[in-house]
Amino acid sequence: MLDVPPMSDHQDPKNLSIEEIRARLEGSKGQEYWRGLDELANTDEFQTFMQKEFPRQAAPLEASLERRDFLKLLGASLALAGLSACARPPLPNEKIVPYVQAPEEIVPGRPLHFATAITEGGYAEGLIAESHQGRPTKVDGNPDHPGSLGATTATTQATVLTLYDPERSQAILNNGSVSSWGDFAGSLDLGDGSRAAILTETVTSPTTKRQLDELLAANPGLAWHQYDPLHSDSTVLGARAAFGRDVTVVPNFENADVVVSIDADFTGEGPGRLAHAKAFSRRRRVRSAEDDMNRLWMAETTPSPTGALADHRFALAPHDLAGLTAALAGRLGAAAADAPLPAGVDPTAFDAMVDDLRSHNGRSLVVAGAHQPAEVHALVHAINDTLGNFGRTVTVHEPVEAQPESHDASLRALVARMNDGELDTLVIVGANPVHTAPAELDFAAAMQNVSTTVHMGLYVDETAQAASWHIPQTHHLETWSDARAFNGAVTIMQPLIQPFYGGHSEHELLNVLAGGDPLTSGHDLVRSTWQARVDGDFEAFWRRAVYQGVVEGSESATLDVTPSVGRIDVPQAADDALQLVVRPDPSIRDGRWANNGWLQELPKPFTKLTWDNAALISAATAERLGLRNEDRVELSSNGRTVTAPVWVLPGQADDVITLHAGFGRSAAGHVGQDVGVNAYTLATAHQTAVGVQAVKSSGRHRLASTQLHNALEGTGERRYIVRHGTLQELKDEPEHPHFVHPVEHIKADLTDDWVYNSYAWGMTIDMSVCTGCNACVTACQSENNIPIVGKDQVLVGREMHWIRVDNYYAGNMDDPEFYHMPMACQHCEKAPCEPVCPVGATVHDHEGLNVMVYNRCVGTRYCSNNCPYKVRQFNFLQYAELDSNATELSLANNPDVTVRSRGVMEKCTYCTQKISRARIQANNEDRRIQDGEVVTACQSACPMEAITFGDTNDPNSRVTATKQSVLNYAVLEELNTFPRTSYLAHVKNPHPALHDGGSYGSEA
Amino acid sequence: MAVQAGRGGLIETNRVIGRGQTSQGIDDVVNTPVLSDVKRTPLWWWIGFGISLSLLGVYLISVVVLITTGTGVWGNNQPVAWGMPIINFVWWIGIGHAGTLISAALLLFRQPWRTSINRFAEAMTIFAVVVAGLYPILHLGRPWLFYWLLPYPNTYGLFPQFRSPLDWDLFAISTYASVSVLFWFIGLIPDLATLRDRTDNRFQRILYATLALGWNGSAKAWQRYQRAYLLLAALSFPLVLSVHSTIAMDFAVSQVPGWNNTIMPPYFVAGAVFAGFAMVLILAIPLRKALHLEQLITKRHLDNAAKLMLATGLIVVYGYAVELFDAWYSGVEFEKYMAYNRVLGADHWWAFWLLIAANGVAIQPLWFRSVRQSPLALFIISIIVSIGMWLERFVIVAVTLTKDFLLSSWGDYVSTFWDWSLYIGSFGLFGTLFFLFIRLLPSIATTEMKELAHHDAHHGSDSFEEARERYYGEEARA
Repeated sequence: MLDVPPMSDHQDPKNLSIEEIRARLEGSKGQEYWRGLDELANTDEFQTFMQKEFPRQAAPLEASLERRDFLKLLGASLALAGLSACARPPLPNEKIVPYVQAPEEIVPGRPLHFATAITEGGYAEGLIAESHQGRPTKVDGNPDHPGSLGATTATTQATVLTLYDPERSQAILNNGSVSSWGDFAGSLDLGDGSRAAILTETVTSPTTKRQLDELLAANPGLAWHQYDPLHSDSTVLGARAAFGRDVTVVPNFENADVVVSIDADFTGEGPGRLAHAKAFSRRRRVRSAEDDMNRLWMAETTPSPTGALADHRFALAPHDLAGLTAALAGRLGAAAADAPLPAGVDPTAFDAMVDDLRSHNGRSLVVAGAHQPAEVHALVHAINDTLGNFGRTVTVHEPVEAQPESHDASLRALVARMNDGELDTLVIVGANPVHTAPAELDFAAAMQNVSTTVHMGLYVDETAQAASWHIPQTHHLETWSDARAFNGAVTIMQPLIQPFYGGHSEHELLNVLAGGDPLTSGHDLVRSTWQARVDGDFEAFWRRAVYQGVVEGSESATLDVTPSVGRIDVPQAADDALQLVVRPDPSIRDGRWANNGWLQELPKPFTKLTWDNAALISAATAERLGLRNEDRVELSSNGRTVTAPVWVLPGQADDVITLHAGFGRSAAGHVGQDVGVNAYTLATAHQTAVGVQAVKSSGRHRLASTQLHNALEGTGERRYIVRHGTLQELKDEPEHPHFVHPVEHIKADLTDDWVYNSYAWGMTIDMSVCTGCNACVTACQSENNIPIVGKDQVLVGREMHWIRVDNYYAGNMDDPEFYHMPMACQHCEKAPCEPVCPVGATVHDHEGLNVMVYNRCVGTRYCSNNCPYKVRQFNFLQYAELDSNATELSLANNPDVTVRSRGVMEKCTYCTQKISRARIQANNEDRRIQDGEVVTACQSACPMEAITFGDTNDPNSRVTATKQSVLNYAVLEELNTFPRTSYLAHVKNPHPALHDGGSYGSEA
Repeated sequence: MAVQAGRGGLIETNRVIGRGQTSQGIDDVVNTPVLSDVKRTPLWWWIGFGISLSLLGVYLISVVVLITTGTGVWGNNQPVAWGMPIINFVWWIGIGHAGTLISAALLLFRQPWRTSINRFAEAMTIFAVVVAGLYPILHLGRPWLFYWLLPYPNTYGLFPQFRSPLDWDLFAISTYASVSVLFWFIGLIPDLATLRDRTDNRFQRILYATLALGWNGSAKAWQRYQRAYLLLAALSFPLVLSVHSTIAMDFAVSQVPGWNNTIMPPYFVAGAVFAGFAMVLILAIPLRKALHLEQLITKRHLDNAAKLMLATGLIVVYGYAVELFDAWYSGVEFEKYMAYNRVLGADHWWAFWLLIAANGVAIQPLWFRSVRQSPLALFIISIIVSIGMWLERFVIVAVTLTKDFLLSSWGDYVSTFWDWSLYIGSFGLFGTLFFLFIRLLPSIATTEMKELAHHDAHHGSDSFEEARERYYGEEARA
């Protein structure tokens, strides 16, 4: 809670009467006000008042709300719903009231699921949120939603934690003092709008769009600006250049045999990433020699999860990427471009790529990354047109965004007006421009020229601190709203919980701006949008749309247009010897999730760094600059300087430094505060690259990587951990591909195998499609109540993740191959951990699971020593929040999973709680558990469908089918541990002209 | 006084007992200081006891911090789940081996030179086992539940999991501790009776009389005593081999490269005797000086202990060689890399080479009689060996675990302040017990020494001793 000075108009708070409080709360009613006035509630008098008036509801204001108390509170508040107006004297013997009539649908112990959505960069990804007795604990993708198809990203999974973050903004602030919604609504005056402006993030929401339209119509002078660091300006501008109008271009990977990606991490970034990931992975899945797969040519600056799957990969500086696109367009005759082939591209490989595209007219696809300049996007549209891909692998739609525009230009125009003193009122909805805006604009200073600045956000962030008003924004799981997916499909987002810390949605704010009743709820505002649009039975529509999580038939109309691209000059190579590329962080994005511990501790793909960002450079550049890992390097550009730690990243383009944004926050909350360095100081979110000078600085900065950075180091002999080969090698040896079993494995055991009569659970992980995106890691963390440990503990190797994504490189430092291997407990049939435990705390169950009995564990840690996969995690300290040290964050815990105390070993359980639930259900219905009924958290989240789980006793189950694949192998099978988790060898599909022989096994 | 001591130096001897020792003289030298008034306790004892007590305080603070905060105060991590506590456990339990070997094995082999050093060597054993035995308990994630390793009837209906070597450990150590205490105590009974009879202090009389269990010195008592002592010796002798073998099983039974090795048990036993004799010498050399026991703990004893140290040290070095050979001969890439990592790995190569220097090279001077006869040289070599044996356990436990099968799970090990404070503090526990022992109990088995003196005086010296003395020279000046 914030330290709030006493309210100025009440010099002596002791005299604060109920009447005065009521006066202050004028304009609010019912339960609405006290949630928004936590800080007010901190005064003794108000606490007393609250205790008297609402003895139960006062409870959650205390810092340490325990789960039990919360459930009591929940029960009481449900039971007392509607009675809140009645004063109830404090009971000396506090009894809670049980359900007299149980609320409909609520069965204790059984969660409910609700469809809703999360937006990133304005675009919706559908969710199914799991709610335990009114408490959301987990999100999964909504399989019916086109932007999710059942998958989620790592970031999405972690946002459940943010819901309960006690450091979220909890009160309306006016110049730092607590105020009320009523006061805010009363004080706001847009005038005729000519001296006012609204700044939003990317808007796709039909309701926001309607409200803005109405607002702009009512106040003709009002300006609406957008600034979203996660928005791709160049995508909009490139499409506009190519098509002469605003369109949304949607790639379709399902139909593409050959994909060329110009820096597009299409499975991990941008609108539709989860849908693209699924479609792309379906074309890469190989089970036997009969299967075929697509081919991915990747040209990128910094290794991306998608790039890790590339069959051929070019590591190029940004201007070379543009050059490559121009050369490709020129060669294909797509555009009048005569750019020479950049030096970093092998002409033979280029020829093969051109040949590959040419021979796959209409079945190929070229995509450009969000950070590529508009010219590259325009060229890519032209190339796709030439290849006849429009209508086949690329479709064009009406724009999904409410107002497609360059956010960079929009913000610059806004700041110019602010600095010219043309604005009296600025309303910032959701964005945090003080942190994310280009540093040269000095947004914080510009805000000083505007007399009334209103900021709405989840946190009292940098912008909130500079603003005269701050309104707490509701979390997406507490909000009624709507948003559109990459293809335009609309989701009506429903809340799962009353705003936990109070707060208002952007719709409520816009409604107040428009002079609407401040008490109109977001629910009514969203409904009224749709009431105007739906003919016929609105209630039926509403119920169905909210229930399904997607409005049927709301996709953007397809347009039958083709690009017409004249001569395009791509940006030329900059003079600078060194360039800086700023990208949103894979976990905390532009910094909006900086205060989320799960995301801060999530090992980033490739580097496995946690709790920091680092200047990522190639080995050659490091050598040139005399830098080593963890050295500090001073980066300067245009007179601004940032000193960042160095991390050498194999596969990074030479002479390019990548720095992830979102770090270096000065007002993020104590988790995200001052973690890493602020990349936005040097470059904007929408710039492709900037020239920088790098000077080695003194001192070192320890970086917490969860994997030793010597996976490229020679280990004496090959360890066949990651097994990989090519499609051709598979076709050459369809029965027994040598790369899958490079060493003979003699199965030997003294005893007979145990026979499982019921179920025998097993898992396969298809390495061919694993991008290392981390979705499984956070999903597991959320499902299984896995605590975070902090940077110091990660530094000594005590991170707790039950599933980790191992990162291996093969080949040389400059052009390595990447392999990701998700590694969790393998549930060995002959588990080495079991016989060494002196108390029998880890045992085999009747369905083949290797189970951990936390209560029995005394913590000898022998099991961990004897585990060849090192997948057991030990609670060296009290990492989890237990009753004594619990904060609101513990409310995010899954009640079906034990919270572990210190001194106890833990590990992957194959989501045994999910198996149990399915087993109970099946037993009640007197049947076996069906295939696909148990979906583990990691499996459910995986956008690439790399993980298959099921009953290996069922001959028709999907997992049995994958286990029968010739590519199936067990890691360290030579140890005769007989793991239940097995892997499908990584298969690549290099161009025949470039393939240079076998690649049995990994150096790793 | 039988001991010819003086500021100018003293007469050293190579006999198992100095010439002309009498019962009275032995009593004067050994028992009188034990019974002396508190005020007459020598300064060196107070200093040593004070230091030990301070270190014991460090130990207790470390334990309190450990139990209130958690295992995380140490440097243990994933993958190095066992670190300094287990290293120290193995180190201390190794030290606890010489005592039983000296008392039991040498008694059975009728080596008369064991007599003067067996008492304090046994005490050392017991105290080392006490210190060592606490480590596995403190090492647990939840130390207060250590009794779950015991097979006791309980309402959970749960029993220990007997396939685990850790459970074997528990029985091995507790058996060893109880047999060692019993053996030591039985050996003490006639001496306790002597103390009882010699004291005129009421408190001491009650104490020693209680402990002496009514010893009356009758022929029957002596006869039974001798029989019991011999039987116990026969019982404890196998334990010398079994305890450290069992501890070696903790490693050998696992499948960790570098641990899964059949040579572990014998090699651990040899290492334990090696470390044990080093510790015997570290304690005996200052002790004989401080308590003026040069005629009872003679150079002959030091010489013999040094020879045993040399022999077991060579076995240990052979063990190192076999480990490396095995790694290569196995053809298993993980074993080979483990060996490489121990010997040449970037992080901890120094530990391996230091231990070779300490355990392999530093003992080589023991081939020379002049070195074996020099208390100072022996003292220094013994300290080097103790450090070397600690490093050996460091390499086996920690360095091995840093890099096993999957490259992705490789890690490093860095010990913390609390690792060291618990280790240094454990010397306080050991030292406190040891100083109390030398102050309150006879640190030399006086009854046995008197037998020896009697034999020496009345039955003449045997020809072997005579010949030996002629060969080495009658006496040597220290």
